[in-house]
Amino acid sequence: MKRVITIISVVTALLVINSLFAQPIPEIRFESQPDLLSMPDDIYLGEAVGVATNSHGHLYVYTRSGSSNVTLGSNRIFRRSSSRLFEFDANGKYVREIGQGLYAFIFAHTVRVDSQDNIWIVDEGSNMVVKFDPDGKVLLTLGRTPEALRNPSPRGADRRRNDGVGVQGDIFGRPTDVAWDAQGNIFVADGYNNSRVAKFDKYGVFLTSWGSYGTEVGEFNTLHTIAVDASGNVYVGDRGNRRIQVFDNDGNFKYLITGIGAPWAICITPGPHQYLYSSNSSGTGDLNNGEIYKMELDGTILGKFGKAGRMLGEFASAHELDCVSENTLYVGEILSWRVQKLTLHP
Amino acid sequence: MQRNCNALFIGLSLFLASSVFLSGSVAAQTPEAPRIAYESVPNFIKMPDGLYMGEAMGVATNSQGEFFVFTRSGEATRLFQFDANGNFMREIGYGLYGMVFAHAVRVDAEDNIWIVDEGSDMVIKFNPAGRVMMTIGRRPEAQGLRETPERGAPRPEARQYNLGRPTDIGWDPQGNIFISDGYINSRVVKYDKEGRYLGEVGTRGSEIGQMSTPHTMQVDAQGNVFVGDRGNRRIQVFDNDLNFKYVIEGIGAPWAVCISSGPHQYLYSSNSNTTGNTAESYDNAGEIYKMELDGTIIGRFGTGGKRLGEFGSTHAIDCRNPDELLIAEVTTFRVQKILLESTSN
Repeated sequence: MKRVITIISVVTALLVINSLFAQPIPEIRFESQPDLLSMPDDIYLGEAVGVATNSHGHLYVYTRSGSSNVTLGSNRIFRRSSSRLFEFDANGKYVREIGQGLYAFIFAHTVRVDSQDNIWIVDEGSNMVVKFDPDGKVLLTLGRTPEALRNPSPRGADRRRNDGVGVQGDIFGRPTDVAWDAQGNIFVADGYNNSRVAKFDKYGVFLTSWGSYGTEVGEFNTLHTIAVDASGNVYVGDRGNRRIQVFDNDGNFKYLITGIGAPWAICITPGPHQYLYSSNSSGTGDLNNGEIYKMELDGTILGKFGKAGRMLGEFASAHELDCVSENTLYVGEILSWRVQKLTLHP
Repeated sequence: MQRNCNALFIGLSLFLASSVFLSGSVAAQTPEAPRIAYESVPNFIKMPDGLYMGEAMGVATNSQGEFFVFTRSGEATRLFQFDANGNFMREIGYGLYGMVFAHAVRVDAEDNIWIVDEGSDMVIKFNPAGRVMMTIGRRPEAQGLRETPERGAPRPEARQYNLGRPTDIGWDPQGNIFISDGYINSRVVKYDKEGRYLGEVGTRGSEIGQMSTPHTMQVDAQGNVFVGDRGNRRIQVFDNDLNFKYVIEGIGAPWAVCISSGPHQYLYSSNSNTTGNTAESYDNAGEIYKMELDGTIIGRFGTGGKRLGEFGSTHAIDCRNPDELLIAEVTTFRVQKILLESTSN
């Protein structure tokens, strides 16, 4: 009995000590620039799921937009939307549209810009990744738009069929994101239906893939966002498992980052000291959470900021982050149909 | 109390009428409300060549007298702006992601334009310049207009921030947002002006506080919420916190309600004829009632039909000026400007 009490006291003491030393996560002050984008009168953003900048500060927004086509039938289903890619200059002034009516533009997911200022889009409706040169010409495609388009299949259906692994190649199952290492190798997060990272060389030749559906280390439940650091390590936002998994350049598991909610969107800053940002976004049916974490690459949390909401400086389902620098971020949101430019004051 | 007496009187009269005359021709008409004289302005709306109106689901004026028509059109759904004389000014939101299947448009006190789209399950706020300021609800990723569940079939659980074929929108003087929702959900939801969920009232059914297709809704200057409970053929009135206050009956099925501006507010409600154009539909429906806010009927006007001055399934009423109404109709692809003999004071 005495021994039990002793153990309890020790445990209690440890808990107290722990709580005394537990640091609250610092709140980072920030501001959001009002009236960021100036659009032509007849052009509108839809869900701003993708946002990225190039080396000149130009901003690209990949948005679920356009009119919906109607499928006539007994069930009155409106089948598909188109997606559109817009470019803005560093002041937010509209520059142009890229790829209007492109065969691969079905249901936008992300846009990223590589170190040569090429623009890459990931489309979960066409199951394609498309690379544009800075002039907007198509340079490379990965995946293929299914000949018979259908609604994005529900999660689970395709996953059961192929165990969420994906073929050894570029047949994607609702891919979500793309990143590159210093050599130009391409890493595709794939995605909702497959549960793998696929690696291609810079010419688009398939090299390897890893991962399957599940909760173990090396398994994924909707890998939703991906980034590669300067050393070639691969950071995978494993949203359904509420963790970031970090792999080396060949897909060998290195470590986990947890305690940051569900990583909907991650980005890694450029420069000699790289930081990792991750958004614990609110869902599309609520206004919960919404905070964004700032971390070292090893997962040490340095601070957090923001919350869910529809006002300036709040986030309604943040879907992509673009890390311009340590203290300048762009955020594209699903629900608010807008892009915000944030300036942090840590 | 006045209203209760009216309802009782109407009910009693109906009972007497049917039992005394035992005639099919007595039909459903209540004791004849006084007729209000009116005329429809001919050739009111002037469209540019090559541009057409489809089903005119929503119509609303701003403080300048300009008005907006939300219409189901060829490619999807479109929002047109006209000046006070009916001349086309511009289109807003062409190709917008949330414009799938129009249901309503309303203009708030700051002249912001709000559309309610039952195809995208969304409510979208535009500023007067026509830019998107806020969205509520979310267009389904892989499906469009959802089927209304069969009568008696279980309904999906309503979520705070997802709408199920919403139908209408209104605001109280504080800017709180009320959305009638709708064909799939059977409720009215209240959000604050920043779009945060505050509360809701309503489930599917015919009891007090229940709804069967809340199809139209308006908020008066005191913040009371008037819900056109179309399937139950009544208007339910709730206070600002969505507590039930009273019910207005004897006005057919409220397809479209409108509350006028100014110190003395009037309530209009359309017992619209259904879209099937059946033999009897024009005899039993199509009229619009003018009421006090407590439900006392001042008069009625109009009938179903396709000629000028008749109404082809009225779907929206704008009554910013209680003696000059704009009427949007489903089946006739038009908006009429109606000049009413003034019974207002």
